[in-house]
Amino acid sequence: MTTKDNAARISQIIQEHEAEIGSQWIAQLEALLVRGTNSAKEQLRSHCQQFLKAFANAVRGGELENIDHRSWDDVRDMLAEISSTRAKSGSTPSETATFVFSLKQPLFNQMTAGFAGDAEALGTASWTIGTLLDKLGLYTIEVFQKAKDQIIVRQQQELLELSTPVVKLWNGILALPLIGTLDSARTQVVMENILQKIVDTGAEIAIIDITGVPMVDTLVAQHLMKTIAAARLMGADCIISGIRPQIAQTIVHLGVNLEDVVTKATLADAFLVALQRTGASVTIAKN
Amino acid sequence: MNAATESAVKFDSVLLDWKGAFRLDRLSLPLRSDEDVVALRRHVRERAVGIGLSLVDQTKLITAASELARNTIKYGGGGGAHLDKLADGFRNGVGLVFVDDGPGIPDLDLALRDGYTTGGGLGLGLGGSKRLVDEFDIDTRPGEGTAIAVVKWKR
Amino acid sequence: MERIPILRMGDLLLVTIQVDMHDRLAMTLQDDLTERIVRDSAKGVLIDISALDLVDSFIGRMISNTAAMARVLDAQTVVVGMQPAVAITLVELGLTLHGVKTALNVEKGMALLGKNLN
Repeated sequence: MTTKDNAARISQIIQEHEAEIGSQWIAQLEALLVRGTNSAKEQLRSHCQQFLKAFANAVRGGELENIDHRSWDDVRDMLAEISSTRAKSGSTPSETATFVFSLKQPLFNQMTAGFAGDAEALGTASWTIGTLLDKLGLYTIEVFQKAKDQIIVRQQQELLELSTPVVKLWNGILALPLIGTLDSARTQVVMENILQKIVDTGAEIAIIDITGVPMVDTLVAQHLMKTIAAARLMGADCIISGIRPQIAQTIVHLGVNLEDVVTKATLADAFLVALQRTGASVTIAKN
Repeated sequence: MNAATESAVKFDSVLLDWKGAFRLDRLSLPLRSDEDVVALRRHVRERAVGIGLSLVDQTKLITAASELARNTIKYGGGGGAHLDKLADGFRNGVGLVFVDDGPGIPDLDLALRDGYTTGGGLGLGLGGSKRLVDEFDIDTRPGEGTAIAVVKWKR
Repeated sequence: MERIPILRMGDLLLVTIQVDMHDRLAMTLQDDLTERIVRDSAKGVLIDISALDLVDSFIGRMISNTAAMARVLDAQTVVVGMQPAVAITLVELGLTLHGVKTALNVEKGMALLGKNLN
């Protein structure tokens, strides 16, 4: 029996007994459901029904080995969506793969009846369907993993955003406290952020406060210098504040040229300089 | 472009074969006129965006390409460029090779140092472009021509 | 042949560069600006590059030269709107745009010109 014949026959069996296969499959899955709310059961039921239809369609297409073939596009799309949703809602990858694997038993049951008397054909068909469902199950795990990876990437980006808070001190004056150890890669990202914030807020002066930076090495110092140069090209300027004694020593030791950069020990001092530069001043009212 | 492609064969094949990285989708463009440089920039940007380079990395790569393309025309007497998509098993990148049949660069060390210029420019030469990319290789033969290969990897 | 339009506002000239210029076009702009400064007795030139996502050494040189020529003709030049990625690249390239004043946007650029003219 050719694959095409097999496929046609299996597809027919599925279609004729869709309801029974469906209900057996759903029964198995409901038994495994940890959170058995009604809406969860409803959703499960609908997923199963949709999947079974799509599966039957795909099988009829005749391609039973390569799930990347376009006849399996709908099935893969459906699995991808189910998988992503579950990844985001906290299911484990096994739970998601089980969705597919647990279809085997009900299917085999119907196929045994359908191929009755033709042991060889049943054997081939069982093997084919078994491997097919294995592949689909593995596919769900891959998608699940990708969805999780995306969540991690997004969280990393958020963390990076958090580590470059921007404070608008006054009209045209920004303060950017840098926090934590700066490695070369992170420094580059942080510097790009600073420049973008200068553009976004139209600030002429950016005070880069490094109180929260425990250590500065040559690369970080160079990046800082480059950022200041870039800011100047754009029409803004930077003041560095929060330079602790150790960092001051390192900077001198490294031979970094800070000649035309204003540096202040505290953010407050830097703020005063920035105010003067922008033509403002602070008066203390006498009471 | 044919003359340039043929002469490219003379050059160190290691340069053109990217030291073992896979190269795909080679696009070859002529570099003879001003408009060719503009077209090259457009194609390099497409490639850069295609592999997901950050905006800053895109800008650096296209700027380097612009500089090198101009060198090819101005000092190399015209030639061509190959744009490749690279994959070395860990990361994707964009590779660019600039070739010409020109006089070659007599003192490479001098040219790579900042401040070198022959054409009354700002004295940026190749040193500046080198800083904009991740890898920079040059094979130049006086009287025969020059080939420069650069790579920008997606971080 | 295409030209980049130059707007006149009082004794100010305003240029907005929005296309990927080929070298010849850049040279034409330089010539046009110089000519207009004389013809319109301009005291200030504002070059808006906020739409440019690329400034290479040729364009950089064009800007520097324009500013230098303007100065000789007693006019000030301000370049506005440089994008961060462009600024970072220029710094890496080693281009300093010496003698060119910069501002974040047209408004600030005009303020800068106004301040220096009065």
